[in-house]
Amino acid sequence: MSEEQASKRPRTDDPEDGTAMEDDQQDGPAEEHPEERKPVRRSVQDLMRPYYGLKFPYNEFCQWLSYGNDTKLPQADSNFFQRREFCFTLDGDIFVRYQSFKDKEELRRAMSTKLPAKIDIGPVYNVDPQRRKAYTGVAPERGFMPVERELVFDIDLTDYDDVRTCGKEGHICGACWPLMAVAVEIIDAALREDFGFQHILWVFSGRRGIHCWVCDERARKLTDEQRSALAAFLSVYKGTEGGLARLALSTVSASNHPSVERAYRMLSSAWTEHILPQQRLLEDEAAWESVLAYIKDDDVTERLRARWTREQGRPATGDLSVERWADLESEIDKVLESKSTDRARKQVLARAKKEIVFAYAYPRLDVEVSKKMNHLLKAPFCVHPKTGKVCVPMDPSDIWAFSPDAVTTVHDLIEAERDSQDAASADAAMEAAVQTFRRCFLDGMRTASKASLVAKARATEGLAW
Amino acid sequence: MSAWMQKQQARTIKPAADKPSEVVTQYRISLYKEPPSGEVCIEEFERFAIDRLRVLKGIEDAKTKGFKGDQFHGLVVQLAEKHLKCLTAEETRWKDAVSHFVLRLAYCRTEELRRWFLQQECELFRSRFKNEMPTSQVDFMKRHNFAYEALAGEEYEALRPDLVKVQESIGSTAFATEIKQSASRDAFFKVPFEQVPDLVASRRVLLRGGWAFVSRQQVASLVVGHFRAGLSHSLAITARRWAATIADEEAERLTPIVLSLSERYLGPDYGDGERRSPQDVVTAAQVPFLAKQSFPLCMQNMYSRLHADAHLKHWGRMQLGLFLKGIGLPLEEALKFWRAEFAPKTTGEKFDKEYAYNVRHNYAKEGKRTDYTPYSCLKIISTPVPKGDAFGCPYVTLSPAELAEQLQALRLPSETVRDAVAKSKGKHYQLACMAVFEGQHTCICDSGINHPNQYYDESRKVLLEQQDAAATVTVPEQKTPSVGTAKAADVSRSLQHTPAADAHAAVTGADA
Repeated sequence: MSEEQASKRPRTDDPEDGTAMEDDQQDGPAEEHPEERKPVRRSVQDLMRPYYGLKFPYNEFCQWLSYGNDTKLPQADSNFFQRREFCFTLDGDIFVRYQSFKDKEELRRAMSTKLPAKIDIGPVYNVDPQRRKAYTGVAPERGFMPVERELVFDIDLTDYDDVRTCGKEGHICGACWPLMAVAVEIIDAALREDFGFQHILWVFSGRRGIHCWVCDERARKLTDEQRSALAAFLSVYKGTEGGLARLALSTVSASNHPSVERAYRMLSSAWTEHILPQQRLLEDEAAWESVLAYIKDDDVTERLRARWTREQGRPATGDLSVERWADLESEIDKVLESKSTDRARKQVLARAKKEIVFAYAYPRLDVEVSKKMNHLLKAPFCVHPKTGKVCVPMDPSDIWAFSPDAVTTVHDLIEAERDSQDAASADAAMEAAVQTFRRCFLDGMRTASKASLVAKARATEGLAW
Repeated sequence: MSAWMQKQQARTIKPAADKPSEVVTQYRISLYKEPPSGEVCIEEFERFAIDRLRVLKGIEDAKTKGFKGDQFHGLVVQLAEKHLKCLTAEETRWKDAVSHFVLRLAYCRTEELRRWFLQQECELFRSRFKNEMPTSQVDFMKRHNFAYEALAGEEYEALRPDLVKVQESIGSTAFATEIKQSASRDAFFKVPFEQVPDLVASRRVLLRGGWAFVSRQQVASLVVGHFRAGLSHSLAITARRWAATIADEEAERLTPIVLSLSERYLGPDYGDGERRSPQDVVTAAQVPFLAKQSFPLCMQNMYSRLHADAHLKHWGRMQLGLFLKGIGLPLEEALKFWRAEFAPKTTGEKFDKEYAYNVRHNYAKEGKRTDYTPYSCLKIISTPVPKGDAFGCPYVTLSPAELAEQLQALRLPSETVRDAVAKSKGKHYQLACMAVFEGQHTCICDSGINHPNQYYDESRKVLLEQQDAAATVTVPEQKTPSVGTAKAADVSRSLQHTPAADAHAAVTGADA
């Protein structure tokens, strides 16, 4: 690391990009699980040497980021890997940007000696990012610039703080994880069905969020404008204004874009099954008032309020929030099915139910991360410095089975007594994570990358004739 | 372009006789692929450009006034007719092409200028394209080899219900009914979604497996997409050439015109805070006072949030920091200011470690050393604001009740508050800001508000004038000063940037 590259702040070409790196580690005191803070335990940073030395899956990791260019195929670009930016966050929040490595061995050496607390992956540039200085002052279109980058998404539970009832900020628990699970379902479906992407990697971000890497060649080549458009397409939730979520739902019709309607179907089943009961959204007055704020009909809200206040303290037969949601639906339906000719009122009410569900549960994307090619994102298989959890890949088709609490930690992996039951199960968990990576993503990705290189070779042969 | 440029001094305007460039002269709309070849005199050079600027500025105004759809397109076509039409069709095309290329030169130099120009030109192109007959649209697409696959057969049948839903969701009920009832031919084109980012972003097309199904009413988006991509690329190239050669070669002749053209309507970019005259330099200690007196609400809010929390998130630091740079706060003072504001929570050492870099970055002392310009209203309004953050335009982000409360706290007349809240509700954010300016300064603001720094500058100007007026009107011993003069007297004290006062203020600032 040369001296000028080390800085105490993330050094991005565009200062607007700095935001992404701030969120995960710097704000606020980290929530830590008390049982993980036994004094005998070594700090996460102390465990990075054995982790990078023994456990990190370099093979799979580098196979992924080579996209077939590590093969002997005639069209393989042997410089490809070298042009990828890595950013190391060294112990003490020192960001070292524009690192690049020739191959797996060089990367392994650097990681094992520098022991970064966090590794971010940036774009692939037109030239080796370490040699970027040689390109300052030349014409912009020949200068140092990103040429491809996975399309990435970042969803974090802190962005749900105004609708989470179980905790705030760094908090994460079984009650709020369903919000992440349904986010995976919705975004994954849209990426595959609407945009036709196939090589999608979902990763647990180590504490309270998830990352998504869309790696199809077509996705990697998207321009910033196209990335922004795609992110806008997926953003139904547009922020909170005056305590209410701003939603980009159709304003002219009861039916929304088919993609949004598909999301609604997914949300609806997660809503009554997981989110309503686990988040206890209608259990106490404060909670139900924030829900009722979306129903712009005093008649209906008054009736619900009166009923729920009256019933307070009475034991529920089933889940209280689910029952009350049924009350809410039936009150709204009563008006909708009535003979009233007040069409405006009916429209408002018909929309309200949908709005509540979208406001509380639709994925809240951090769109800034997705909009630009040169945005950094934490690499899979990193270890979260606060929780010690490995950023493991997740299987989107079985996302409801994923539990953030059960994720292997670097403590489990390194500190368990040799040959003990614990050590064996930690190793098995890590092995399973690498298997998920292969099965859900890498195998298909590798086949596609090779096929694409072969096709390119054919095309040039054709031209040669 | 250079051949054309070299002929600038000729006194006549005429299309070159030897090369009746088809692209430029034969049709009413153009992709401006080739610069016009011919001669144009320097006066025409400027006059044409100003006429086109009138059109582009008119387009921007129509947008901010909230014109939409056919009404908007009609207005744009009218504007173009009014300012660009000449006696013959041929001359009109000539003027159109020349003015476009001159402005391309004038608006290529910064990211902000390019974005503005690109946006208005695309709107102009879109409206003109939509104004063409369908046959002529098809003709245009053929001529430029825009070949699109029509959606047909089984695929169409399978997608029809969803295509109808998309049309319903965007309110084109007539078209929805039409395709619901009969599978009208060639109603949709099948294109890769990458080609229609605007339709994707606003969810106006059905997407399936990476294809976007663009209705025949939306082909303008496709063509505009091509137009935008081409122009964006050309602007980047022009910018490079400008910096590399043209600016110097034309230093005597075209450069002054070009530079003044780019400022004429967009206004200055307020990026030159550091180069202000000495009496305009602001110190860290003056900021609290100036904030109260002359900051627009967005900056006031951010400042008070910063002061209350002893912290401000990244975007807020950018927005407020660049604004302060624009009002003339030098780097040293900026560091002093931010360190003092962060001090309750952040130690000096931590500040130097984590935040000083950003401050210096804003002043082009770090990173790639770009001299960032303060954000305009357009940029601030269009940047999405995460909940709970203090940045952004308060007329956009605050609820009417919150806004009213804040404005009342500024002791504005109640009719001003009502007016501003109503305008904010009607999405006329800049007009709301202007109303507040007028209420606060008891004067008319005829230039409108386009930039927080412009708000500040106008405010200083007005207050100075009021101070001068007060100085001449009020006699030393005031008997019963009216409200107006009391305010003016107050102003005059605040406007004295005497070194002694500064030194004193700086000391208090350091204490804080």
